[in-house]
Amino acid sequence: MSRTTILRFLNIVTFLVLVSFAGNATKEKKFDVTETIMHHIGDAHEWHLWGEGHSGTSIYLPVIIYDNELKIFSSSHFYHGQIIPVADSLKPTEYLLGEGDAKGYALFHEKIYKVKDGALEFHGGHPHNAMPIDISITKNVLSLFIGAIILLLIMLSTSLYYKKNGAVAPRGIAKFIEPLIVYVRDEIVKPNIHGAKHTRYIGFITTVFFFILVNNLLGMIPVFPGGANLTGNISVTLFLAVCTLLVTVFSGNKNYWKHIFATPGVPWALLPIMIPIELVGILTKPFALMIRLFANMTAGHIIVLSLISIIFINKSAAWGFLSVPMALFISVLEILVAFLQAYLFASLSALFIGAAVEEDHH
Amino acid sequence: MDLVTPSFGLLFWTGITFCLLLLVLAKFVWKPVLSAVNARSQKIDEALLEAEKARQEMKTLQAENERILKEARAERDAILKEAKEVGLKMIEESRDKAKTEGQKLIESAKLAIKNERNSAIADMKAQIATFSVDIAESLVKESLASDDKQKSLVSKMVQDIQLN
Repeated sequence: MSRTTILRFLNIVTFLVLVSFAGNATKEKKFDVTETIMHHIGDAHEWHLWGEGHSGTSIYLPVIIYDNELKIFSSSHFYHGQIIPVADSLKPTEYLLGEGDAKGYALFHEKIYKVKDGALEFHGGHPHNAMPIDISITKNVLSLFIGAIILLLIMLSTSLYYKKNGAVAPRGIAKFIEPLIVYVRDEIVKPNIHGAKHTRYIGFITTVFFFILVNNLLGMIPVFPGGANLTGNISVTLFLAVCTLLVTVFSGNKNYWKHIFATPGVPWALLPIMIPIELVGILTKPFALMIRLFANMTAGHIIVLSLISIIFINKSAAWGFLSVPMALFISVLEILVAFLQAYLFASLSALFIGAAVEEDHH
Repeated sequence: MDLVTPSFGLLFWTGITFCLLLLVLAKFVWKPVLSAVNARSQKIDEALLEAEKARQEMKTLQAENERILKEARAERDAILKEAKEVGLKMIEESRDKAKTEGQKLIESAKLAIKNERNSAIADMKAQIATFSVDIAESLVKESLASDDKQKSLVSKMVQDIQLN
């Protein structure tokens, strides 16, 4: 076959693919990029696998709510329930009325509300109904559990190796994990927390590092059991940042508090200004940690999803030749970011704790 | 806005999971793994130190060996030298002894020879005297057989006397 023949053949194939996809796409409803991406990076009471709406395949996760009593039922009672459109809204939207065990509750934007008179009351696009305490095993919670199990399996098998073999050269999984643990201790904890005190914080810093790393990487896997945007969820980063804040505040020594309430070298007259600034400073540091991890991981997911969405916006698979290599590039970059963000969170936590336990040098 | 609003459920489960992870990992992983790593690095350090010490010891041992060998060689040389000297002395002494012994033997032999000769001479003298007397007797008997001969003898004797 000559070169021109191959080119002609490729042209025909591309054309056929284009036509078939274009034909399919016209039948579906309008593709909303923002909603799709927000849905992907947000939390859900189901783990959507494939398909659309009622014909799609999902893993229905258990709903656990506390509304005077603990109620546990499958989220399928919402997702297979009645779809009710919301009239009082700028954008066309809808909520799911629970049935069966979920009767009396409704799901709107993955939040559970108590139904009043068989419906939700909307004011300015937001429901004003009461909300039960929702501790459901959502997509992110399940991802959290899977991440924790993976982490435990990896780490306990590493630990088991040393238990079995004693202090010998590492092999197998230990060969991979040991340098990481030693790296965290020698390059993150030791340089930031001086002296023998650092041993007290190795456990916290190392756990934070591996927790973020494993969940970051798990989030990069596009299919179940990965893909949940766990470390890009503000609740998770908030919890981790609060941990760092508490550890910092409770390990702060006299020197640390002296720098906050009577900063050396600052005239007494300026202290009324300095003390509030320093107090805010205690909060801004972990706040920055929270936002950094959240924004980086969410942004990564949004970029990959946006690039993939190019195909669906243009309703043509041919755009895959552009969007797939770009998404691949960003995904590879995101693997770097997964390590980088875990390193940064652990490193900065160590830095803050190190500053709190630093002895006076003056 | 949903994106930046923490949800109680996830916060609750994250808290429980993270705290459990922290407890389990700190107790069963970080601590034993790091202590194993520390123990290993200590073991390696000790082994290296031990090796260095062994090498040093080897060196001193080698030096000691060399010294002992050197001493032994020197001692052997000394012994050989002494033996040689002793041998030479012994040869010298025996030579001297043999010489004096020989001298003595020669001396005694000479003396014996002298004695023998003297006695032989004395014997001979006695013998000669006897022979002389016998000869003289037979001569005298011969010469005094006749008057003429007696007379001539007397005259010769007288002549001799006159000559003296």
